[in-house]
Amino acid sequence: MSSQNGGETLLRVEGVRKYFPIKKGILIQREVARVHAVDGVSLEVKAGETIGLVGESGCGKSTLGRCIVRLHELTDGSISFEGRDISRLSRRELQPMRRQMQMVFQDPYASLNPRKRVGTIIADPLRIHGMGDRSEVRRRVSELLELVGLSPEHINRYPHEFSGGQRQRIGVARALALHPKLIIADEPVSALDVSIQAQVINLLDDLQDDLHLTYVFIAHDLGVVRHVSDRIAVMYLGKIVEISPAEELYQRPIHPYTEALLSAVPIPDPELSARRERIVLEGDVPSPITPPSGCRFHPRCRYATEICAQEEPPLVPHGGKGHMAACHHPLDANPTPTADASPGPADG
Amino acid sequence: MAEVAALEHVEPASPGGPEVAGRSPWALAGRRLLRNRFAIGGLILLLVIIAISFAAPLYADHVAHTNPFENNLNGHTIVNGKRVALMQQGGGILHLGETPLGPTWDVHHYFLGADQNGRDVASRVLYGGRSSLEVGIGSALICCIIATVLALLAGFNGGLIDVVLSRLMDVIWAFPVILLAICVATVLLNAPDGVGVGPVRITATSLWLPTLIIAFIYLPYVYRPVRGQVLSVSEKEFVEAAIAQGASGSRLLFSEVLPNVITVVIVLFPLMIATTILTEATLSFLSIGVQPPNASWGTVISDGQQLLYTRPWVAIAPGILIVLTVLALNLLGDGVRDALDPRARLRIEG
Repeated sequence: MSSQNGGETLLRVEGVRKYFPIKKGILIQREVARVHAVDGVSLEVKAGETIGLVGESGCGKSTLGRCIVRLHELTDGSISFEGRDISRLSRRELQPMRRQMQMVFQDPYASLNPRKRVGTIIADPLRIHGMGDRSEVRRRVSELLELVGLSPEHINRYPHEFSGGQRQRIGVARALALHPKLIIADEPVSALDVSIQAQVINLLDDLQDDLHLTYVFIAHDLGVVRHVSDRIAVMYLGKIVEISPAEELYQRPIHPYTEALLSAVPIPDPELSARRERIVLEGDVPSPITPPSGCRFHPRCRYATEICAQEEPPLVPHGGKGHMAACHHPLDANPTPTADASPGPADG
Repeated sequence: MAEVAALEHVEPASPGGPEVAGRSPWALAGRRLLRNRFAIGGLILLLVIIAISFAAPLYADHVAHTNPFENNLNGHTIVNGKRVALMQQGGGILHLGETPLGPTWDVHHYFLGADQNGRDVASRVLYGGRSSLEVGIGSALICCIIATVLALLAGFNGGLIDVVLSRLMDVIWAFPVILLAICVATVLLNAPDGVGVGPVRITATSLWLPTLIIAFIYLPYVYRPVRGQVLSVSEKEFVEAAIAQGASGSRLLFSEVLPNVITVVIVLFPLMIATTILTEATLSFLSIGVQPPNASWGTVISDGQQLLYTRPWVAIAPGILIVLTVLALNLLGDGVRDALDPRARLRIEG
């Protein structure tokens, strides 16, 4: 998408942790364990850029997205939007901030209330924030429908009368209703047919240019993310293991996990595909209830040594352009700690 | 799935035309219900039974000319032009004692005969139907409303409210239904000068007493499925979307959650009426439901119990009506469930 890097910092995520308690007991519930969904993530998002957030299912990327829009309360850490800490705001104080950031959800079938007309679904955020009278709201809804490529005549239709791709467009229109600056897109195309995926991604791309949006684009598919992102953050078990400008990540992965993820991206050329070494990760993702010691990836890492089990590697710069990774045995590493490194966008 | 939905209502898109009217899920469900012959048959049967039951005073006053609530042991009526005593000596199998008049099949003169007090059975069955339907529909309605409110409170808020309410419902659930009803009814019926809270007093002969008792014992049977639905709807992404927009709690509850939960209640409602009517009949048969002078199908069956061998129609007539009513309600309920099925269609579309 647009590559206007170097804008102001719009969103700053610092040391965010989100643990979900596991409770037991009938009347008096006590906490018996915690799911470490997000465990100390720091991230900076600049105005106008698209940051891709990738990782396997259960790595905490959706939880992080939901934490940013405060659908979840943080266990620890802070989130600031345009320099203002929003992680401790009360519901009422948060209300004006809600306008600034909206979310596009994964499942176009579950994200639209089946009992409401499309017009109502898109008008709801306007009504909640008291923006405009009846006719203004109506005009704005028509505008939004047109903006996302739907016909305004469909204002009185119900979600079940649309296809998956159309529903996702409705979801995008709803998110845009309040003129937000930041959009968290939580796997917005994973539930769609491949042919429709491209349409929705192109729509998001066009909207970004027209409306100066900033995206946090969550996906589990590196192929999709490559196309849309300026920078990509790879998550594993609640932590960011590598973050880098998009192209750089594909050409020079540093973390073994990124390497494995990239080797799983299908190549359309069968000859190239046959020549490539596929790295198959062994074992399952460890339980986020009792994450492994040291580097969380070490039980599945083919380069792991003793130190990996004992010491958690910090996220440090590897080369310029803000490429950072957290690994004791970085691949293709020529670490240049500070010399020519522009200040990293994420400080670990 | 969308393709399936699209096939069902083939409608040409009209580009550039005026706004296209959408078909709401309710309208679609209504159409499906109307297409279901069994359900519509059940609905018609139910409406007929309701109509004739509520016409009971008209029948008693203008057709049969009797007062079905007054003993009439020395009365006479006309059968085939002859004057006949209502209570006949030795009419039974053993030719002992008094036996009331049997069915005359004449709507003006004791159509279904008389009961042991010389009262017109046909009128009593109609009046009984009125009470039974009032108690049945009333208790099902009260039960569904209270259970839904509690389920919304519990499921939406979670936490302590949920724990307390759900355990309370489990306690009610743990008792066998009829046993609990018998216990509660026996205690309340024997309370001196009725039961009541503040200025509201319910006397033992009021229909409100069985209505409220039955509504109470069935609370968990509605509460549980509705709470389950509240929990599942609350986790849907459209609720999260509303939270992210800054919707207030009441907006979430009434605008997002409730419209998607109410279908469960609507499906349960006719089936609950069938159940409550049966329970009312059971309690009334045991003489702890509807109290005299009111009649209900249960009390008429109870009256007919002693006459089962000589005048079976006293018990059979209300029995048939109960069966027909419950059958009609079940047909309707099944049709409503198929039309609104929250498991199949709404999950796919929702």
